[in-house]
Amino acid sequence: MFKYITKRLYQMILVLFVVSIIVFFVMSFTGDPVLMMVTPDATQAQIDRARTELGLDKPLITQYFIFVKNILRGDFGKSYVFKQSAIKLIIERMPATLELVFVSVLLSIIVAIPLGVFAGAFPNKRSSKTIMLGSLLGISLPNFWVGMMLIFVFAVHFRVMPSSGRGEVVNFLGMRISIFTADGFKHIILPAVMLSIQSLAILLRLTRAGMMEVMKQDYIKFARSKGVLQNSLLFQHALKNALIPVITVFGIQIGKIIAFATVTETIFSWPGMGKLLIDSINRSDRPVMVAYLMIVAFIFVLLNFIVDIVYTSIDPRIDLR
Amino acid sequence: MVEKLLEVKDLKTYFHTFKGIVKAVDGVSFKLNKGEILGIVGESGGGKSVTGFSILKLIDDPGKIENGEILFNGENLVNKSEKEMKKIRGSKISMIFQDPMTSLNPLYTIQQQIGEVLKIHTNMNAEQRKQRCINLLDDVGIPQPEARLKSYPHQFSGGMRQRAIIAAALAAEPELIIADEPTTALDVTIQAQILRLMKKLVKEKNTSLLLITHDLAVVAEMVDRAIVLYCGQVMETGKIDDLIHQPIHPYTYGLLNSIPRLNDQKKRLSQIEGMVPNMFELPKGCNYAPRCDYCQERCLKEEPKIREIYEGHRVSCHYPLSREGSHE
Ligand SMILES: Nc1ncnc2c1ncn2[C@@H]1O[C@H](COP(=O)(O)OP(=O)(O)OP(=O)(O)O)[C@@H](O)[C@H]1O
Ligand code: SF4
Ligand SMILES: [Mg+2]
Repeated sequence: MFKYITKRLYQMILVLFVVSIIVFFVMSFTGDPVLMMVTPDATQAQIDRARTELGLDKPLITQYFIFVKNILRGDFGKSYVFKQSAIKLIIERMPATLELVFVSVLLSIIVAIPLGVFAGAFPNKRSSKTIMLGSLLGISLPNFWVGMMLIFVFAVHFRVMPSSGRGEVVNFLGMRISIFTADGFKHIILPAVMLSIQSLAILLRLTRAGMMEVMKQDYIKFARSKGVLQNSLLFQHALKNALIPVITVFGIQIGKIIAFATVTETIFSWPGMGKLLIDSINRSDRPVMVAYLMIVAFIFVLLNFIVDIVYTSIDPRIDLR
Repeated sequence: MVEKLLEVKDLKTYFHTFKGIVKAVDGVSFKLNKGEILGIVGESGGGKSVTGFSILKLIDDPGKIENGEILFNGENLVNKSEKEMKKIRGSKISMIFQDPMTSLNPLYTIQQQIGEVLKIHTNMNAEQRKQRCINLLDDVGIPQPEARLKSYPHQFSGGMRQRAIIAAALAAEPELIIADEPTTALDVTIQAQILRLMKKLVKEKNTSLLLITHDLAVVAEMVDRAIVLYCGQVMETGKIDDLIHQPIHPYTYGLLNSIPRLNDQKKRLSQIEGMVPNMFELPKGCNYAPRCDYCQERCLKEEPKIREIYEGHRVSCHYPLSREGSHE
């Protein structure tokens, strides 16, 4: 187990290293940040001075090594716009995003698993077919459109839900969290619904497919011949087996939820790091973009690691080596 | 003193498929006494498994028990609800499946899978259940049972898994065990061990056993009586010695002739010609007619009815054989 974890840690570092290369060089080809920063009537001399100040006049390779050196010290540079540490900006906004992602993931799981189990165990029932139709809609409707429809219906037409912001926040473990206040909870519902719909539908379909496969297995029939009750048959004997392939895919789905949070946060003016990213892209605020990408890459890698651990702890046939 | 445990009367289990109705079990009747071992034999597709699953009412869509009675201790299981059946499954009647490699849940330990039966059907506490699991594993001949409790199925060999499955089937001391080809997936030496073990355990506890197999050689050593199924119908039934030494139905005779060990006086091994008929287009008259060496006009027109030839021996054939190989 220990050996496995150290091996995985090495892999994680390697992946992050590769990501840093890609991020840095791709960033270097996207627009000239200097032009965005200086006033439109700046002279060439002023532009050049800004360029030197930012270190953008050095060769790319040198810039990259400076970049890596700084990252290792936790320094992603200063935001061109806010004149503040980029990483601090991101971390300030991270709780809002993580909260939204957490609620969305939870919502997906709570809704998708029971429905998926039901639809997989009783595929011929009419309700199962309705569930499947619903999930198909969930997958195919464009995300941003769903968000806008939610705002239109619940915030504009019926005026029952707020359409933007986080509402009231409280301090929790040093983070500003909104789900613990009634107002904040109300604010998170619509964005969380929008953000979860697609992954919910995918999780549901995967669970159903897994269940359908598992229900045909001999061990299910054997369990039935032992008189195992319906609930324990479906949610223990069958679901546990059905989830093994689902878990891997769902790990990737959580990553996708984080990525899609940028869109949701923009639509709902949710003050998270996704919205910060979009704002930074609009302003060519390169250090913030880079910091965001590196942080998200780190979260992805960490998620994958956790998924693998969960996966191996469920399936005794996998030997950790 | 023989006491009747199970009586199946005119059981019909049909599958309503897209292509048509499959009469997997079509009017099967038999009795099983307490402590008796009854064999169900026949070729693949004869309806043996479906008969077994029908008794536990584990027939899934599109299958349905259409007709008949399954009297277990005098109570008709056909009329029982799913809830009542759950109480019977595992406690009064349990089942052993063909493939030990796939019948155990890969994600649960051996102890969990045997203990589950006790958890559902007895009032034992966790400690008692553990002790009982150890005893059961010991009974079925698994060495160092205590150390094996926490093993997962993939850590067991096929033979050991089947022993664990037998332990689970015996856990709640059922009155009837249905074993569907329990040794077909195992190699020959293990087969013999498992069969001997089953016979011993069943006889010790006076449990009845319904042994489903396509292998008459297996049946010969194990069972007291046997029924021969073909296309969902009983062809012949009687004491195993009579069936083996004096088969009366041409189909039983054909089955016997295709076993090497039982007719060593013959040089060549014969085989039943032809194939099991398509279940959607069963022949008119006798189902066996297209393959039968003794088929006559009447067999093609009229379906034979099962009748008693002598005490305890029943046959469904217009022209039963009198002595081995010869005709009446
Ligand atoms: N779920 C099902 N749907 C349709 N037909 C089925 C189904 N299950 C069984 N049958 C049909 O019922 C008939 C009897 O099947 P059964 O499994 O009882 O045969 P068997 O005697 O046990 O054969 P084997 O030796 O291969 O196990 C077969 O013709 C089979 O095609
Ligand atoms: S009834 Fe006729 S065809 Fe059928 S088994 Fe008897 S002799 Fe053969
Ligand atoms: Mg079978």
